[in-house]
Amino acid sequence: MSRNAPDLAVDSVTGIDVSLAVAGPGARSYAFIVDWHIRLVLALAWYTFGALIYNGRLSLAAPASPPGGWFALVVLPAAAIYFLYHYVLELAMRGRTPGKRLAGVQLVARDGGAPNAGALLTRNVFRLIDSLPLCYGVGLLAVTLTREHLRIGDMAAGTLLVYEGGAALPAQFNAAGTLDAAGMEIVQELLARWPSLEPGARAALARQALARYAPGDDGGVSGPDADEALRQRLERLAGV
Amino acid sequence: MSARGNGAARERALTASLLTRTPLWRDAEQRARRLSGGRTDDAADATRMADDYRMLAHDLARARTLMPGTRTREYLEAAYARAHATLHHGAWHAGSALLVLARDEIPAAVAELMPYIVWSTVIFVLTVAAGYALVHRYPELIALFASPDLIASVEHGRLWTQGLLNIVPSSVLSVQILANNIVVSLFAYCAGFFFGLGTLYILGLNGLMLGAVFAFVGQHGLGGELLAFIVPHGCVELSVMCLSGAAGAAVGEALVRPGQASRSESFRVAALRSGKLLVACALLLVGAGFIEGFVSPDPRFPLWSRVAIGVVYWIIMLALLSGRLIPRARAPADGA
Repeated sequence: MSRNAPDLAVDSVTGIDVSLAVAGPGARSYAFIVDWHIRLVLALAWYTFGALIYNGRLSLAAPASPPGGWFALVVLPAAAIYFLYHYVLELAMRGRTPGKRLAGVQLVARDGGAPNAGALLTRNVFRLIDSLPLCYGVGLLAVTLTREHLRIGDMAAGTLLVYEGGAALPAQFNAAGTLDAAGMEIVQELLARWPSLEPGARAALARQALARYAPGDDGGVSGPDADEALRQRLERLAGV
Repeated sequence: MSARGNGAARERALTASLLTRTPLWRDAEQRARRLSGGRTDDAADATRMADDYRMLAHDLARARTLMPGTRTREYLEAAYARAHATLHHGAWHAGSALLVLARDEIPAAVAELMPYIVWSTVIFVLTVAAGYALVHRYPELIALFASPDLIASVEHGRLWTQGLLNIVPSSVLSVQILANNIVVSLFAYCAGFFFGLGTLYILGLNGLMLGAVFAFVGQHGLGGELLAFIVPHGCVELSVMCLSGAAGAAVGEALVRPGQASRSESFRVAALRSGKLLVACALLLVGAGFIEGFVSPDPRFPLWSRVAIGVVYWIIMLALLSGRLIPRARAPADGA
């Protein structure tokens, strides 16, 4: 999660503000590229399917002077998928799209809630400006230059792209031990990842953790049983 | 034990006591996910959500002090934000939202944007007159505004619209026209972002082209035919051009003269307010597109029917914009 971007602080009736980390240009671009591929593939799939059905043979070619049926069955649905993808999904998924979900971001209004239909429509209409002159040049420039990483559509609609929080909770906390909460999380996470780490890497990490949180208990472990001994020391430190 | 040692022990004890509430946070988070995802409409869940919200706020405040750089705090921040969004998400139904938009919000936006609508119309009319005057005085300037095919067709004594239906079916023509018009309309609105100059350019260019083509066609004795072609769809289509221009102008002025608010805040308010008018414009252009595809190029429609269609559709537009198309339900009388 980017820590360079500012947080959006939303006042709440409880007196404790809601804090949302604003997504930067990287997460935004990642989400857009994923979504762009999805809508392109869906639109092309529909076009292919529709053309095959319409032509009744293995041909994707449009008729010489396309009749209304060709547009209604093949062109319009494909165009609708491509151009309405963002609006429809953001409305249905409350500020999310598959790309945004993959990038771990979501759209919110200034009050921290999901944007309404009007705001989403305005945001998507302003893609006409953001996409100028090509490859979202204006939008990218705006995202890079603004403090809250907003493209023009976001400014118009009053929306922001923020990170969806999803941190895991620590298993337990030993109040009688010497570790603080942050140290407890680090040691517990290291223990949880222990089987998946290379022996050399986990030994180095364990020594660093012991040196930091149990200075008197970090050395003197070597030999073939060192790996197991380090794990036991970490478990003792975490009170597991 | 020193004071510092006591403080650390107390902090650890408080942290441990806070973390005993982990199952409650997990339950609250899952409840918020269920409610926000629409997977439950259980009233008990909804009621407990309000308690969850207070509980998460309380625990988050403690976590921010006791363990600021931890994942536990991040988890609580996310759970609290989700609970906040879930509680503050208003009910939304597409049907009622559209009804409110058409009945209340569009007329309100029109009333607020009335000065811009007047000015956009004046500018459009002036540019139409300028285009007409330019080509009337200097006929060779038509090459600036019209395609060579259009010019050649008119010089041979026929409008480019004649026989259009022999080339393209009405349905296809309608969709092409309405899609093009909607894009132009949306662009006129969005181009207001360039301090209103983009909107002015689109409005002016369209006005100049219309005037120039009318002057050119008139010089070849086809003015009446062009008017007959334009009347059914043009009354609304040209009005929508002015409405889109007004929406763009409002966005532009919000950036040029933001008033008391910041420029970005002023832009946001103007864009959202004007955007409602754009929904009406898009809907009206769909109707105009179908008229332009099915009625305007069809020679079987006599002039009187063309005028009738154009005028009736224009009156429908006025009714929509003024809020008379969908009247408010009358409040029941007292004692009834």
